[in-house]
This record gives sequence, C-alpha cells and structure tokens, in this order.
Amino acid sequence: MLGLNSKDTKFLLIVIFLTLATPILLQPFPEGSGMAQFNAGYPDLMQRFAIYGIFAIGFNILFGLTGYLSFGHAAFLGIGSYSVVWMYKLLDYNVIWGLPLAIITSGIFALAIGFISLRRSGIYFSILTLAFAQMSFALAYSVLTPLTNGETGLQVYRSDKQVLLGATEPTSPHFFGIVMRENFWEPSVGNWQFTFNNGYYFCAIIAILAFYLSLRIFRSPFGMMLRAIKSNQQRMNYTGLNSRPYTLAAFVISGMYAGLAGGLLASMDPLAGAERMQWTASGEVVLMTILGGAGTLLGPVLGAGFIKYFENIFSKINDNVLHTWFGFLPDGIEDFMVTIVHPFVGKGWHLTLGLLFMAVVIFLPGGLVELGQRVGRLFRRRDINSADAEAKAAKQRANTPAE
Amino acid sequence: MGILEVKGVNKRFGGLQALGNVNLSVTENTVHAIIGPNGAGKSTLLNCLVGKLIPDTGSVMFDGQSVLGRKPHEINQMGISRVFQTPEIFGDLTVMENVMIPCFAKRDGSFRLHAFESVPNEKELVEKAEQILIDVNMIDQRNQHAASMSRGDKRRLEMAMCLVQEPRLLLLDEPTAGMARADTNNTIDLLKEIKAKRDITMAIIEHDMHVVFSLAERITVLAQGTPLVEDTPENIKGHPKVQEAYLGQAHG
Ligand SMILES: Nc1ncnc2c1ncn2[C@@H]1O[C@H](COP(=O)(O)OP(=O)(O)O)[C@@H](O)[C@H]1O
Ligand SMILES: [Mg+2]
Repeated sequence: MLGLNSKDTKFLLIVIFLTLATPILLQPFPEGSGMAQFNAGYPDLMQRFAIYGIFAIGFNILFGLTGYLSFGHAAFLGIGSYSVVWMYKLLDYNVIWGLPLAIITSGIFALAIGFISLRRSGIYFSILTLAFAQMSFALAYSVLTPLTNGETGLQVYRSDKQVLLGATEPTSPHFFGIVMRENFWEPSVGNWQFTFNNGYYFCAIIAILAFYLSLRIFRSPFGMMLRAIKSNQQRMNYTGLNSRPYTLAAFVISGMYAGLAGGLLASMDPLAGAERMQWTASGEVVLMTILGGAGTLLGPVLGAGFIKYFENIFSKINDNVLHTWFGFLPDGIEDFMVTIVHPFVGKGWHLTLGLLFMAVVIFLPGGLVELGQRVGRLFRRRDINSADAEAKAAKQRANTPAE
Repeated sequence: MGILEVKGVNKRFGGLQALGNVNLSVTENTVHAIIGPNGAGKSTLLNCLVGKLIPDTGSVMFDGQSVLGRKPHEINQMGISRVFQTPEIFGDLTVMENVMIPCFAKRDGSFRLHAFESVPNEKELVEKAEQILIDVNMIDQRNQHAASMSRGDKRRLEMAMCLVQEPRLLLLDEPTAGMARADTNNTIDLLKEIKAKRDITMAIIEHDMHVVFSLAERITVLAQGTPLVEDTPENIKGHPKVQEAYLGQAHG
C-alpha cells in the first residue's frame, strides 16, 4: 500500500495510530492525583512533540543516513518561523500562505549553506554549518532588525496591512477557519480529563506525512546511496557516483523539514524570535536524534518526545512538590532527600538529561530504539524458552542423523 | 593504438620517484598483467589511471580521451572499474545492496534523485545483481552485512561490484591476495568466463604467478617505478632480467 511493503505499511499504521491517540495515551493519570503533573496530554506540549518530531525526522535524513553532522539546523527553524509570521503581517492569519513559503525559503538557504559547507566533511563540515547558523542568529538579532524585529521578535501589530483579512476571520493562526489554539473536544471520563486540540491535530497530520516521506526516502535507491556515503565515500566515487549532489539533496531536504517545523512553531504561537536560531537549538536536535537512535526511522521522534517531555515536565518539579513526595519520611530525612533530588529536577532538568544522554551513548549506541529492540528480544527469547522448547528439541532430533 | 595508452608518466612522492617515465599500452580485449616486487609502483600506476592521483608529467588516454583532471566518478562512467588492493566495499550495507549500487550507477549515471522508487521494485537491476552474486558464489550471503565477511569474500564481493557494471576496462589490484586456493581458482575461472562472454579489457596486478600465467596475454614487469620489459607470458618466463628482478625473488 502507498508504495510500501506489508511490513512497512503495518509500521506506518502503528505510527499513525499512536500519533492520533496521543491526547489519550499521554494522559494516564487522573486529575488531582499526585501523579497528574506527569501527564503530558496538554495541547502546548503535544504540539511540541509533533513539531520537534518533524525537525528530528528531517535532521535524521542528513545525519542518520549520510553521517554528515550539521550543527546549524536551527537556522532553518528560525527562517521557517519568520516566513510564517511575515505572511500573517502581510496577508492574514491563515497558515496556508506561510507554511509553503517556510519550506521554500529554508530550502533556498539550505541550498546555499549546504553548497559551501559540503565542500568539507567531518568536523570541518560541522564547524562550517555552526558558523553559518551563528551568523544567521547574529543577523536576525541585530543587523536585519527591519526584517526580524531584532530582540523583541517578529509579531503581528495592529498597524500591519493584513490585506486578506476578512471581517469575520479569526485573529489568531488558523487553517481555513480552524483556529489552532482552540480545542474541538474536551471529554472527561471519571477523573480523567482529555484535550483534543485543533493545533495538535494539524501538526500531527503533517508529522505523519513527514514520517511517511522519510520512510519512502529510507527505502528508496536515493536513501541507499546516502547510506553508502556514510559507509564508504571512496567506494561510492569509484563506482561512478558523485557523492556531492547526494549529500546536498539530503541537506536541502532536511533543511526544508526544519523550515516546516519552524513554520509550525509560528503557526501555533504567532511569534518568531532570533533565539530560535541559536546554537543550543541546533545542538538540541542532534541530542534528540542520537538519544532516540540516529539512522533509525522512529528513533529521532522518540528522542524529540523524550527531550521535550523532560524540558516541560521535569522542569516543573520544584521543592514544594518534592516535599509532598517525601512527606511520609521523618523530617530530617525528608529534607535530606529533597536536597539530594533538588539538583536533578526543576531548573536542574538539564543535569538529568545530560546524565541520561551519557548513559545512552555509552551503553546503548543505537539509542532508545536499541533499548526497545533489546527488550523485545528478551521477551522473544523467553517465549522460545517456554513454548518453543519442545519444537526445538524435536527439530534437533530430526537434524542429528543428517550430521 | 591500445584502449589504454600511458605515455611518459612520472610521479614523485617527496624524494621518492614512485613512477619514472612509464609507458604502457594495453590492447583492447586482452588481459594485461603488471608484475613487479613490492613498492615497484604498481598501485601508484593504477591510482594515476582512476583519478586518485595526478601524475607530475605524462599523459593517460582511455579510448582516445584523456583521463587526467577528471574526477574518479567521471572516469568510472567512462567505463573503468577498479578492484582495490585492500577491499573497498560498503561495510554497513548488505551484500545485495553492495551490488545494487553499481547497477544504479551504471543505469542512472553519477546522480539521480530517485527518492520515491523502491529498491526491490527495480526488477531488472535486482535480477542483474542476483546473477552476478550467483556467478561469484555469494548468493547465499545476499542479506549478510558486508563488513562481517572474510577478507577473501570481501574481495570477491568487490569484484562482483565491478563486474556488474560491465566495464570496458577492469583494473584488478592483487585480486586473489588473501584468498584460499579454491577461491583463487574460482576467481581465475570467473574472469576467464567473463572474458569469453563479452568484450572486456583487464589490467591485473598479481603476485601469484599461477594466476598471472593462467590469465595474462601480455605481461609488463615493473621495477622501481620503471617498466623493465613487456612481452608474452612465454617469453617473460625465460627472461633473465625478470628472473633476477622479480621471479627469482618470488620463487626463492
Ligand atoms: N600516497 C603516497 N604517499 C607517499 N608515498 C607513497 C604513496 N603511495 C605510494 N607511495 C610509495 O610509492 C612506492 C610505490 O608504492 P606502490 O605503488 O603502492 O607499490 P606496489 O603497489 O607496487 O607494491 C612505495 O615506496 C610507496 O611507499
Ligand atoms: Mg600495491
């Protein structure tokens, strides 16, 4: 189906199901319970999961397949956001104008930056992309203020033309009248509260398309060539293939994914700031991809979800919350426990994430996907041990005389 | 005029004269062996043919066109494929993928953005790749990771990758080094078979005299970067200069 074999079709269907069911799956704890703060099923965070998932899926096409590690992809994220906000200012709040523009402009920038950066490989390539991104950041922050509104960030003002804005049109981002920040369904089941948000589903559908596209690229001859570049560029060249246009195409595609993600960020919240282009944002997508599993299809999405979850959930755990957790302990021990845990939560979530990242890189070079595979194999082995032991023994008996 | 004409090629590495005034003419549809002791400059000569090195002086013509100044992928697209002295394969890819890539390169040229086709759907190329894997006796390993194979298997795989491109000139740098005797004989048979089936020119560097005398129609002896003699295998066998410079050493 859709140009995929049956295994990939099944895989895609599972991903679609998980994406569409996210508002339910991420809300496992009832409201009012102590665990409710670990729920992630609120619109703002779910939108981020989908958007950074797209960012990481695209980054993985470059880094996961070709091995070229870009440290400047946040530049395209920013370019995408600025494109969308400019369309709000000039035309109206319908995201239909801005998103295609975000993809096109980021693609053009990626073509230029990639053309120069890809003259080098390895660390030199990484440094070149980093330099370009920091230049973009500096330009957006100060020099290009008329275009970017400098450190305030680009936003829509009353004085803006918005030539297409109709009298009854929503005055916040929407898709043909479907307002992003509105929820279309807020059911509660017992103490459980679910939120079905327009913006999330808009991002989710685009994320599914983005994932499908990446799946097709992974299975295509083009994807195979990209893996060949990572494996042995010399053999590639002596086999009659010019590796440069292949890496450039991968760079542009991943840049367009980043532009789309940036555009979606501005589609959820009509703002674009220069800090979106900073090197920390470029580093974040590298972490997401490696944490989840570079070169795997699902890994980058998992990594993106993991990091955004940490950023939004762990960062909210303050000392008050810790005191209620450890409240059952005697006072002295309670304070001691709070002191110990304190650096790892709240503002210290970076520390926890850093430790987690180190553990993954050292013990699970294949990322979270490898963890999943190992666990899966463990279960399968246990299955074999119990149920298939008999069958195996029978097989062995059958084989012995032949040997 | 041979299909490959090397004239007055010199190459220095610092103070070392790796190639000194090399002239070589390889006739179309022959197997031409280049022999000589280690460090004679044999691999350096091949490097100058495929665009890995640029000679300091001299000319290299393939089928009437100069290869000098062209990029490796352009030279391959002209019809020259090379098997390296240390196997160069795609270690992270499967055996089948390793052979599919040269098939695509041959059909689609040096670049094509085929991002929406699926590899298994390219029936013609799959068939071609499977056939060459049958020829080199590796069809059972088609789904194996190339990096996990033995050195001899890697060499046979690399040879399959070159042969599947149906090159006009095949360059082989010690193709049987590190192979078991049986595999060496299979390789000889395979090359003979290919040669009988279609037009192909081969330049082969080899230390194993059994291989050289089974395949070669002309032999050039290279010593210290300069061709010593060029002749038929029969004459080379008895040549006193060769005995002294190379064969004596190899047998002794
Ligand atoms: N890239 C290089 N840089 C410096 N010296 C080299 C290089 N390649 C080969 N040489 C030297 O050139 C000489 C010829 O090497 P090579 O062509 O590999 O010999 P052969 O293949 O006949 O054994 C050797 O002395 C070798 O050390
Ligand atoms: Mg050599």
